[in-house]
Amino acid sequence: MNNPALEFRSVSFQYLSEKKKVNAPILTDVHFTVNNGEFISIIGPSGAGKSTIFRLVTGLEQPSAGLILLNGKQVKNRLGLVGYMPQQDLLMPWRTILENAMLPLEIKGIKQDQAEEEVLTLLKDFGLEGTENSHPGDLSGGMRQRVSFLRTILSGSNVLLLDEPFSALDAITRLTMQEWLLQQWRNLKKTILFITHDVEEALFLSDRIFVMSENRISIHKVKVPLGRPRSIRDLSHPEVVRLKEDLIDQLRPRVES
Amino acid sequence: MKKFNPYLSSSLMVIVLLMVWEFGARAYNKSFILPSPAEIAFTLWELRSVLFLKHLPPTFLVIAIGLAISVIIGAGLAIWMNASKTAEKTFYPIIIASQTIPIIALAPIFVLWFGYTIWSKVAVTVLITFFPITVSAFDGLRSSNKDLKELMLTMGASKKDIFFKLDIPSSLPSFFSGLKVAVTLSVIGAAIGEWLGAQAGLGYFSRRMMTQFDGAGVFAPIVLLSAVGIALFLLITLIEKTLLKWRKAA
Repeated sequence: MNNPALEFRSVSFQYLSEKKKVNAPILTDVHFTVNNGEFISIIGPSGAGKSTIFRLVTGLEQPSAGLILLNGKQVKNRLGLVGYMPQQDLLMPWRTILENAMLPLEIKGIKQDQAEEEVLTLLKDFGLEGTENSHPGDLSGGMRQRVSFLRTILSGSNVLLLDEPFSALDAITRLTMQEWLLQQWRNLKKTILFITHDVEEALFLSDRIFVMSENRISIHKVKVPLGRPRSIRDLSHPEVVRLKEDLIDQLRPRVES
Repeated sequence: MKKFNPYLSSSLMVIVLLMVWEFGARAYNKSFILPSPAEIAFTLWELRSVLFLKHLPPTFLVIAIGLAISVIIGAGLAIWMNASKTAEKTFYPIIIASQTIPIIALAPIFVLWFGYTIWSKVAVTVLITFFPITVSAFDGLRSSNKDLKELMLTMGASKKDIFFKLDIPSSLPSFFSGLKVAVTLSVIGAAIGEWLGAQAGLGYFSRRMMTQFDGAGVFAPIVLLSAVGIALFLLITLIEKTLLKWRKAA
């Protein structure tokens, strides 16, 4: 348990085009360590390679150079070892909520009645009791994201990657979901990597923020100066406000005059 | 606002057309060329046992066997083309090109090959119905969400998982659309097959009545064929609605 949950050691990545022509690198010599139980946000402008980091961690892509360590061990085939929650909820419209949530358990080959029981308990904990026989089309956006998160948890891994999960929600629902997510994170004791565009969201949720820059030179790691539990009001703390302005300055593309 | 029956306007239109036909046919008064709807209905009633017991079953058998073969070949080809780029490049152009062949003109050759057996009619039905089934099943398989596929991969899904849990369910709406087109075409296929050579069947009966200048006798089996087509269409719609219940909600 002393091993970091996730570690990148000088990871580089570039897509190879069909004719083996080498494209511009997306990530060059990336280093970082994520401790067990930590909540990390990754922010950066579009195209900075945030999603690529997730594709590498999940195992959808392999690094061109460097090592990726999961719980202290290098694993070549990481598919099925990391929980991934996509930006859209990606629930299957033809499956009920229960069946949707059961998908990762089905893929793992867990017995139907055992899987059902596990999902039903979690649905209750997530405030989704009574929706198990509904279809995704019947649920609100916030509820669908909760089902999607539940499905991610059922992947059973200790590292969860959340890719802008709340970006499509309205501001009020989003705040509710952020508080809800923090509560779940405390209860479940998982390690979370969270991609977002929203600096405030990153400050509110995370222990540390990884800032990726447009020029892809380095990842800037920032510690959030807030304790836990925190409330949304803590964001108006002068130290946090200064940090927020600083981060926004870093993210804003420099317009040359 | 008063709620109208959804079929009210089309039913009214049919009644108006039938009335125009009825009066027109009576005024023209050559029933071997233009029988009136009442005459056709009367003939249908008069010949009910011959039509229903002798000629409907063989036609229905042709339709059923033809559709079954088309579904197996069509779905099989679609799955193969979806799995292999080479198969897609090999078969897809041929399947499209096959539709430019005038199948009706080709039908006599099946009589040469298969004789007056059921298989000459089944061959026509298959040729006419496998196209919509193959293309719709293929399009359906291709339409499966790529992000969802990647998500399943991150869960450790195998190719088999993705095929059965994602590709097949995603393809069903499109597949059923194709199947609905195919069932209506299958009736035409069976009738054409029977015109060319048969000892029984609704298409055969209709053609025989033509040689006897029995206008109402030509129309009566056609009415029945059309009814078979509509019944099959409704059956498919019913199966679709049961299998794809979620679509109402979405």
